[in-house]
Amino acid sequence: MNFPILSSITLLPAIGALFILFSKSEKNENRNAINLSVFTAVINLILAIFLWYSFDKSFVGFQFVEEQNWISGFIKFKFGIDGISILFIVLTAFITPICIISCINSVKTRLKEFLIAILILETFMIGVFCSLDLVVFYIFFEAGLIPMFLIIGIWGGPKRVYAAFKFFLFTLLGSVLMLVAIISIYWITGSTDITQIFEIKIPVKYQYVLWLAFFSSFAVKMPMWPVHTWLPDAHVEAPTAGSVILAAILLKMAGYGFLRFSIGMFPVASEYFVPLIYILSIIAIIYTSLVALMQEDMKKLIAYSSVAHMGFVTLGIFTFTSQGIEGSIFQMLSHGLISAALFLCVGVLYDRVHSRLISSYGGIVNVLPKYSLIFAIFMLGALGLPGTSGFVGEILILIGAFQKSFLVAILASIGIILGAAYMLWLYKRVVFGKLDKSELKELKDLNLSEGIVLFSLAALVLFFGFYPNLILETVHISVEELIKNYEQAIIFNLSAIK
Amino acid sequence: MENFNLILPEIFLALSIFVTLLIGVFFKNSYNLVTNLSYVIIVSLLLIIFNSFNESGNLFANSFVSNSFINFFKILILLGTLFVMFITQNFIKEMKINYFEYPLLLLFSVLGMFFMISSNDLMSFYLGLELQSLALYILASIDKDNLKSNESGLKYFVLSALSSGLLLYGCSLLYGFTGSTNFEEINLKMEIENTGAIFAMVFILVGLAFKVSAVPFHMWTPDVYEGSPSSVTSFFAVVPKVAGLAILIRFVQIPFEQLMDQWKNILVFMALASMILGAVAAIGQTNIKRLIAYSSIGHIGYALAGISTGTVTGYNSSIAYISIYVIMNLGVFGCIFLMKKDGKYCEDIKDLAGISKQNPLLAISFLIIMFSLAGIPPLAGFFAKFYVFMSVIENGMYTLAIVGLLSTVISAFYYLRIIKIIYFDEIKNSFDKIKNLGITSTVLLSCSILVLFFLYPSILNNIVNMLSIN
Repeated sequence: MNFPILSSITLLPAIGALFILFSKSEKNENRNAINLSVFTAVINLILAIFLWYSFDKSFVGFQFVEEQNWISGFIKFKFGIDGISILFIVLTAFITPICIISCINSVKTRLKEFLIAILILETFMIGVFCSLDLVVFYIFFEAGLIPMFLIIGIWGGPKRVYAAFKFFLFTLLGSVLMLVAIISIYWITGSTDITQIFEIKIPVKYQYVLWLAFFSSFAVKMPMWPVHTWLPDAHVEAPTAGSVILAAILLKMAGYGFLRFSIGMFPVASEYFVPLIYILSIIAIIYTSLVALMQEDMKKLIAYSSVAHMGFVTLGIFTFTSQGIEGSIFQMLSHGLISAALFLCVGVLYDRVHSRLISSYGGIVNVLPKYSLIFAIFMLGALGLPGTSGFVGEILILIGAFQKSFLVAILASIGIILGAAYMLWLYKRVVFGKLDKSELKELKDLNLSEGIVLFSLAALVLFFGFYPNLILETVHISVEELIKNYEQAIIFNLSAIK
Repeated sequence: MENFNLILPEIFLALSIFVTLLIGVFFKNSYNLVTNLSYVIIVSLLLIIFNSFNESGNLFANSFVSNSFINFFKILILLGTLFVMFITQNFIKEMKINYFEYPLLLLFSVLGMFFMISSNDLMSFYLGLELQSLALYILASIDKDNLKSNESGLKYFVLSALSSGLLLYGCSLLYGFTGSTNFEEINLKMEIENTGAIFAMVFILVGLAFKVSAVPFHMWTPDVYEGSPSSVTSFFAVVPKVAGLAILIRFVQIPFEQLMDQWKNILVFMALASMILGAVAAIGQTNIKRLIAYSSIGHIGYALAGISTGTVTGYNSSIAYISIYVIMNLGVFGCIFLMKKDGKYCEDIKDLAGISKQNPLLAISFLIIMFSLAGIPPLAGFFAKFYVFMSVIENGMYTLAIVGLLSTVISAFYYLRIIKIIYFDEIKNSFDKIKNLGITSTVLLSCSILVLFFLYPSILNNIVNMLSIN
């Protein structure tokens, strides 16, 4: 097929943003901008689903490859997807319209600019998952900072400036080392095209340092303990749509980066640094779960729970078993849906009461029955109840972890218990109890747009809980290939040492 | 018969300056007339240089050379001057410094730069350097009733004279130890263990570092940038740096080729120091011109980092860097000239607070330029840094690369601060409606180049790789 579908999916939101920029919005208050943005995002979603449909699940390697001469002589603009990246593209394309619909009512100022920022961000996020060239990847990876910085800074809460700066500088600091590593890789292998790098194979002596440089970037973005501190600030201060995108997609870029680049290019170093990853993941799972227990702010609680869930993801990726890695991918996608939904749930309450403190709620099940039901589904999904998508990811990761290290798996399981504790306690304090606060008594239940958004997310969470195969069979071949290459490299290295 | 085509731009420029000078003297209030004539002169110069872009050769006993490398820089200088004149015209009139000498001094300075970068001999080099500097001294203090302008002119003069003295001392040492003033002959006669020549090189590099305001010879920059009228600052920030960098590349390449091990260390140090100081010192600034001064020091550090590799790819990356730097700085100064409230020009960063509502166009331009200066992809500023670090890492200079990239993170802080003031802060201020078409179009041109650069980044590479550096 010659139609450049990946470039289209990537560029379409930006083109939509351009149209919004020039759209007139004098009389009917941004109606044009809203319609245009929803239209663009939905078309993109349809394209992404079509892409998933026409994706060949039994094909090893990259599909829909597009290549373009770019920086003459050394860098080609190369796009392509495999089983690992396709689902993230679909996730991005799915979350963006949800954000747009959810922000229409909650964003009061400069809605037009907000929509432009979200669409531009979508372009960059999809670009990250499509690119098969390190420099192109880096450009998209970094470029996403600009719209996110503005989203947090312009539409955020009272401490938005601090949060935006922390977010931007933390991530930038992590990434510059990756840039040094990328350029070094070019001079070592003579290419930044990852398919070529996979074949050439980076010499083992360089792998350790390069792995650490990539790790510094992904660890910040993931975020792993101890560089996770920007995330709660960013989540709390960002507007709902910003939190959703941050939790659902931006964090997944790092997990994707680990899979695609760290394991793919530096298998020996990945093996070498496994203890480091395990220790940091376990600390993230247990420590941030404990921190989440003590939070008084709902958004902060969910933010810390994200760090814990991401700890599971890194743990799963570095088990190098097909269960662990597939579980990690599943966990990332499911967390993308669930955390997005949880932030939207908080947003629903915040729009009505203008408080994110847990203590200002209680007993809202009496006035918001529909909302409480939906919230319950996502809460159960977040704590990994069987039947929700959260369960599948965690169980697969634990299966993978048990094969590698009994102790690590046991410790990670404690995290699940803690996760159940903080989620249930949150739910109890917010939804159940006596409805004795007067300002809560007049609350209205979900309106149409909130209903559509949350019900579609809930349906997906349940659907993938019962039928995870749709995702797993898409990723299976690519993950097998990844593990096969990894094991070959390890065996080759061992024999070289002998 | 020597090929006088090579020196045609200089001859044309010199003659037309004298003619315009006479016109300026004999007509009253002739600022407008002289400015318009200057535009004509610059455009025709551009045509002349384009016409003989690839011609190379030397003249006058090999004391004057011309080739595509030099012509590229001449074009960059001319375009910089053209756009600076374009965006400053209104400012000059409103500040009542519209003397007809003003554009002529710019042209004199350009003439000096032309001779300087074309020179192939220490004598002609020094004459060109002084011609450009003398014109700049006067320009810095052209607002003669303003104390700050006078102070900056004097400060620039005293310090610049000092550095010229050092430079001249270096030139005489070099002559003494090699027996020649011609660049190529110096290179030939430079023996391996020529300690005297190393001394000479250090003195000359100090002088040149002063001209491009590299740390530790940068002290004049913030004061002069702040004190001079903004129109002059915009010229200072763009054009002399281009010329200084060009002659620096020529110096390290021809006369000092044998001393590469020595000048590499010096340049690496200056690059590191400039990058760090540019990043750290700008954080506390409240005056936007001072901030740009420190930022330009930092940017020169990156350009020097490219040169300090001592390879052709390194020089090329520096040339690409400085070209993008010119575009970004023209945009910044265009924006500064749009910061106008009730007919008065503002310089305090706080005046920008919340302008994003009243002047969305100005705000978005600032946004693009600041992110580009910070080197965030996909804007052109990123590619500039990328090329430089590409060549730096190629040569295994990892310390330079890592420190350089870390200082971009620090410098990102103050660029972000400007964006924060524009977009995140409460509205305190609103600037006058933008009426000036010239400035607006320059700013928009600069912004669109910065944004669209990533679509076809090879274009700059291709041009730069074509230049005959050797």
